[in-house]
Amino acid sequence: MNKILLIIQREYFSRVKKKSFLVMTFLVPVLFIGMFALIGYLVAKQNELGDKKKVEVVDESGVFLNKMKSGGTIEYSYAKDNYAAAKSAFAKSGYDYLLYVPASITGVQLFSEKKASALTIQNIESALSDIAQSQRLLTAGIDTAVLAKAQKPISIEARQITEAGEKDAQTNISTAIGFISAMLIYMSLFLYGAQVMRGVIEEKVSRVVEIIISSVKPFQLMMGKIIGIGMVGLTQFVLWIVLSIILSTAAETLFMKNAMHAKTEQITQMQNAASPHGAVAVNQATDSGMGKLMQSVESIPVAYTIGCFLFYFLFGYLLYSAIFAAVGSAVDNETETQQFMLPITLPLVFTFVISMNFVINNPDSSLSVWLSMIPFTAPIAMMIRIPFGVPAWQLALSMLLMILGFLFTIWVAARIYRVGILMYGKKASYKELAKWFMYKE
Amino acid sequence: MLSIRNIVKQYASQRALSDVSMEIEKGKVFGLLGPNGAGKTSLIRIINQITAPDSGEILFNGEKLNQTHIERIGYLPEERGLYKKMQIGEQILYLARLKGLSRDEARRRTKFWFQKLGIEDWWYKKIEDLSKGMQQKVQFVATVLHEPELLILDEPFTGFDPVNAEIIKNEILELNKKGSTIIFSTHRMESVEELCDSIALLNLSHKILDGKVKNIRNNSRNGTYLLEYEGDKLIINADAPFTIISETNLDDKQQMVLKIKQGNIVNDVLRYMLQIAIINKVEEIIPTMNEIFIQTVSKSN
Repeated sequence: MNKILLIIQREYFSRVKKKSFLVMTFLVPVLFIGMFALIGYLVAKQNELGDKKKVEVVDESGVFLNKMKSGGTIEYSYAKDNYAAAKSAFAKSGYDYLLYVPASITGVQLFSEKKASALTIQNIESALSDIAQSQRLLTAGIDTAVLAKAQKPISIEARQITEAGEKDAQTNISTAIGFISAMLIYMSLFLYGAQVMRGVIEEKVSRVVEIIISSVKPFQLMMGKIIGIGMVGLTQFVLWIVLSIILSTAAETLFMKNAMHAKTEQITQMQNAASPHGAVAVNQATDSGMGKLMQSVESIPVAYTIGCFLFYFLFGYLLYSAIFAAVGSAVDNETETQQFMLPITLPLVFTFVISMNFVINNPDSSLSVWLSMIPFTAPIAMMIRIPFGVPAWQLALSMLLMILGFLFTIWVAARIYRVGILMYGKKASYKELAKWFMYKE
Repeated sequence: MLSIRNIVKQYASQRALSDVSMEIEKGKVFGLLGPNGAGKTSLIRIINQITAPDSGEILFNGEKLNQTHIERIGYLPEERGLYKKMQIGEQILYLARLKGLSRDEARRRTKFWFQKLGIEDWWYKKIEDLSKGMQQKVQFVATVLHEPELLILDEPFTGFDPVNAEIIKNEILELNKKGSTIIFSTHRMESVEELCDSIALLNLSHKILDGKVKNIRNNSRNGTYLLEYEGDKLIINADAPFTIISETNLDDKQQMVLKIKQGNIVNDVLRYMLQIAIINKVEEIIPTMNEIFIQTVSKSN
């Protein structure tokens, strides 16, 4: 037992002391925030950043004339010539698109030199449809004022009834938390699992492994490495969590202090950025939206979520890193690991994709429940479900299965590992691994 | 010290050790010899408890080999290696502590050995910054630091220049003098004759020869002598008490390798030769360990 502690110590400190660890710990959150900020910025400003597309409209029906609003990335102008003339002059006209609307409004065509993007087509289609619809309704004798009233959208406020009473369902914030924690677990399983694998290969390639296992059992070495690196991962996550709490508290107090100032500034910014019409809406939204967001975040049981996150991170990591260690022991260098990566990546990628597309929308469906029970898929699937609320028995069963799954994989991995680390120059196949697994001692 | 009894080890497709037994005496240097793939490394790994035998047992000072003996064995594998990016001093401490030394004791002894080998200023260096020979020196320190009763050295001299090989050889002999038993696995037969008290020869998983080096060499005496005499080449009659195996002409001297006929001794050869020639020297040709090795192995194949 004493020796395994020594190994854990070495694995832990040799990594934590590295400069790259510090850089990762402090840089990753910054990079992440930067990345999301950049994506947000690009999405928000795509209309301005995208090229202006000039569309020449030939409208034989007269319905759309001067009614299509230029905006976003599309600028409409109306042809003076007829269809045939406009079409033949199109190449030299300087327009990107030529939109042809026949008198009957059926068989509308869009011409361009380059292929039109789906978004552009969609935008033009919806612009045409809106105008055509209003026109048809008007023709049918319906007043535009009545129409505007009738078209007002309805928004739903989701409320949850629990034993403690009624509360806001916070679907959006739940989705976001599920998404972020599942994403973090998905990435960290690969990140730290690969570190275990690389560590095993390093020991094997440098041949130091034979000296170490003449002092300790292979299982001790493997477990020491897995636990040591797992603690590195935990340290990193705890630092990230602490850092982000500090950062957000700092931001919050700063925000409260400068609330008034910030709001006016924000509004002017918004006004500069968006059209005046949009700014009013945003202005209204900030008033209630900001408070609502704060309220939602506070309504999430932080300790419970973080606790579950750490559990699923830890056991998911233990489970997968055991397999990573076995793979590392079976090969002579990192390039050879490719053939064994599929069984590791497949369940992870599969769960991740299913979780992001299905589980997050159907957190209580039977497929979601099953995925959150199977140890190989549970860490990701369960983290998606937790913010939506999971029955205690399901959580307990899933955690129990997680622990059992870990014990099973570590047992299998250790049997392969103890043989693999001493095998050199032998190209390992699955058949070979099965043989190693069967060896006595 | 170490009693190896009827060890059998089978890998999936091949047999590594078939019923191998040997006794290794306390305080002696024992040579474990054999061509590549004979089973030496398998046996060494079993002694180190890296793997377990399928059947048979090993007694360490009369006790069945178990985990508590690990700290009393030092092992230098043939394929050397240490953590490339770890500081040397820290690395030696780590390895010594895995062998059960306390941190302070390990530090004290590491300093002592580093001083002894003149490598004190390597403490903060990394292994990857050293030459191969220097790395071996560090590894040697790691092997002996916990003052093992049994020292298993697999090809300890490869990678050393002659000067350093001599230094290491003297260190090994000194440890032996202080009471360490040494198992020495090698292909270099000249060092076997120089260092080993006893040997065992493995080939194709079987032990084909073992015993004291002196006895083995004596047993392989077969009445072959080298005789040198003055003058021209002589015609030796068929009634001489020996037969000639080969003859060499050296300017004004002649040398011949002869084999004494059954029932005669070297005195009979001299008596015969004294009548016809002036004898410069006579010496018995005892096969070297190398020759014995090659002979025995090729016979058993």
